[in-house]
Amino acid sequence: MTTIVTDAGFAADDWNRGYAKPNAAANDALALHLEPDTDPDQVPLSPGLEMIRVNFPSFSDGRGFSIARQLRLRGFAGRLRACGHVLADQYAMARRSGFDEVEIDDDLAARQPEDQWLARANWRDHDYQSRLRG
Amino acid sequence: MYVYSEFDNAFLAERNAQFRAQVERRVSGALTEDEFKPLRLMNGVYLQLHAYMLRVAIPYGTLNSAQMRKLAELADRWDKGYGHFTTRQNIQYNWPKLTDIPDMLDSLAEVGLHAIQTSGNTIRNVTADHFAGAAADEIADPRPVAELIRQWSTDHPEFQFLGRKFKIGVTGSANDRAVIKAHDIGLRILERDGETGFQVVIGGGLGRTPMIGKVLRDFLPRADLLPYLEAALSVYNLLGRRDNKYKARIKITVHEHGIDAIRDRVETLFERLRTTFVGLDQARLDDIEAAFAPPALRGASVAAFETACKTDPVFRSWADTNLAEHRDPDHAIVSISLKAHGATPGDASSEQMRVMADLAERFGYNELRISHEQNVILPHVHKSDLPALHAALKAAGLATANIGLISDIIACPGMDYCALATARSIPIAQEIATRFDELKIENDIGPLKIKISGCINACGHHHVGHIGILGLDRAGVENYQITLGGDATQDAVIGERAGPGFSADEIVPAIERLVQAYLDLRTEPAETFLQTYRRTGLAPFKSALYPEARAHAA
Repeated sequence: MTTIVTDAGFAADDWNRGYAKPNAAANDALALHLEPDTDPDQVPLSPGLEMIRVNFPSFSDGRGFSIARQLRLRGFAGRLRACGHVLADQYAMARRSGFDEVEIDDDLAARQPEDQWLARANWRDHDYQSRLRG
Repeated sequence: MYVYSEFDNAFLAERNAQFRAQVERRVSGALTEDEFKPLRLMNGVYLQLHAYMLRVAIPYGTLNSAQMRKLAELADRWDKGYGHFTTRQNIQYNWPKLTDIPDMLDSLAEVGLHAIQTSGNTIRNVTADHFAGAAADEIADPRPVAELIRQWSTDHPEFQFLGRKFKIGVTGSANDRAVIKAHDIGLRILERDGETGFQVVIGGGLGRTPMIGKVLRDFLPRADLLPYLEAALSVYNLLGRRDNKYKARIKITVHEHGIDAIRDRVETLFERLRTTFVGLDQARLDDIEAAFAPPALRGASVAAFETACKTDPVFRSWADTNLAEHRDPDHAIVSISLKAHGATPGDASSEQMRVMADLAERFGYNELRISHEQNVILPHVHKSDLPALHAALKAAGLATANIGLISDIIACPGMDYCALATARSIPIAQEIATRFDELKIENDIGPLKIKISGCINACGHHHVGHIGILGLDRAGVENYQITLGGDATQDAVIGERAGPGFSADEIVPAIERLVQAYLDLRTEPAETFLQTYRRTGLAPFKSALYPEARAHAA
């Protein structure tokens, strides 16, 4: 089982339509799953694409944040999810980079319970970036 | 100078509260040690050989008197009464307790200081020319840009978990005092056809694979700085190696892909990012610039200075070495040496910090700077105040007249403190300084930069020392390798390795032989060590270093 974290806290996963890899006939995929070594410029963004999930194999590997940012820059407006080893401490970074939500496993959800994530739900506050951009 | 806004202060308070909670969550087990480590690092907390170490940022090397007094207070309340100024314009406290650190950070925040991003795989404390805003040769004060970069890079969501650390340095002068070519990104402010912009240098760095930075963009218009930096960082974040920590710095990425390929990627992403900045950053930069308006310099006769130069040889000697040219001819830039012969380079006691804070208030328009050469600067002192200032410094043991001379040595903490070190640095620096003080030839030798690192990571910048010393561990014994001819300025050069290393007992005599060779070789006293080395090359210095090899060859 996995837990989905949003600004509202923990919830069950409501996505049950699977994920395609970005290479294999992904042009009409509903959802894509990306590894952190993906070049975000090469990800096919077809009109029917609803969801992209980016894997964080380790919390110390921050490539996913740049992938999310660049996908948003390319115009992807669908659901963008970080999954894997993401810490509550990284929730604000994930949201600010363009992710909508984070998918974590039960172990991590038990060790870092909901309140530790909710403590970062104020990610719009204290944000230097928003003061420097339009 | 820039004073923290309400936003900055609220940010700091929030950040410090987060770190306090992280320490508690580490204690409770919510965070594993592996998970806690990068979080404490991005808040400046290291685990060293004997204790935790807190590295506090002195952004672009600028402090006011209240901030300097705060640094003294931290040393007294939570440490052992001293601090160590580093080669990246930080101060390190070597003995804090982990559970005290949140209180230390709250205390720092009272004066707008912090330890954010002084460590970890993020964009580090931005450094700048320590003579910024005062130097006669300056095109523009680099600190407003450095402060803009501080704001942009602080807690930047994309770049808190990079493949490796990332250092940015800025200079506003053609004479580079900020070693920008040894930074991941170095920026030099310049003017072209009446427009202000930057030369952007990328991929410099010392460490185990020293490289001089390469020009990424010859001229970047001032307004394009943040989108361009963001593009470069984003390219690095995705392209930099993560399979090997020793090949993870951007210098390796640039080396492996080539500067042209990197440039293409950066320029492409830059075009896209540019539209996300609509001018708020430039409005902020204007505000910051206004905050850095130079102090209203007072006008007065400089006769007292001229008289002291004539009548007091000790003052004269100090003035000759420790003053630099101010843009206002009636003022001087004063360097206070933290390199008293036999002392630990870069260390200052809390008492000395308070004295310097008081003197900055009395004589220096309330401003201090910390140099990457581990000295303290009073950037604006009216020349008529110099005799009184010198007398006060002398009374506090802070009037050592050796700036730029052989005893003004950069040294990393080495094995006396650092968990990475393979040899001691501090005692070697102390012995060299003491020895040349005994010989009384320091002034005759003239400008000579010795830089010492206690391991291959090169925090002591040995690669760019005129004489570099690298302390290694050879089968459990300290061994010191010498490099020659390095240069940290706009003409940056990596020094050449001279040959086999020396034991701790042999290294000081070896340095003495090198210096003696220089004195014999130079065409005239005005020819510096570096000039002589460039003229003659390594050979004559090598035979001075290894006389037995010469004997065997003969």
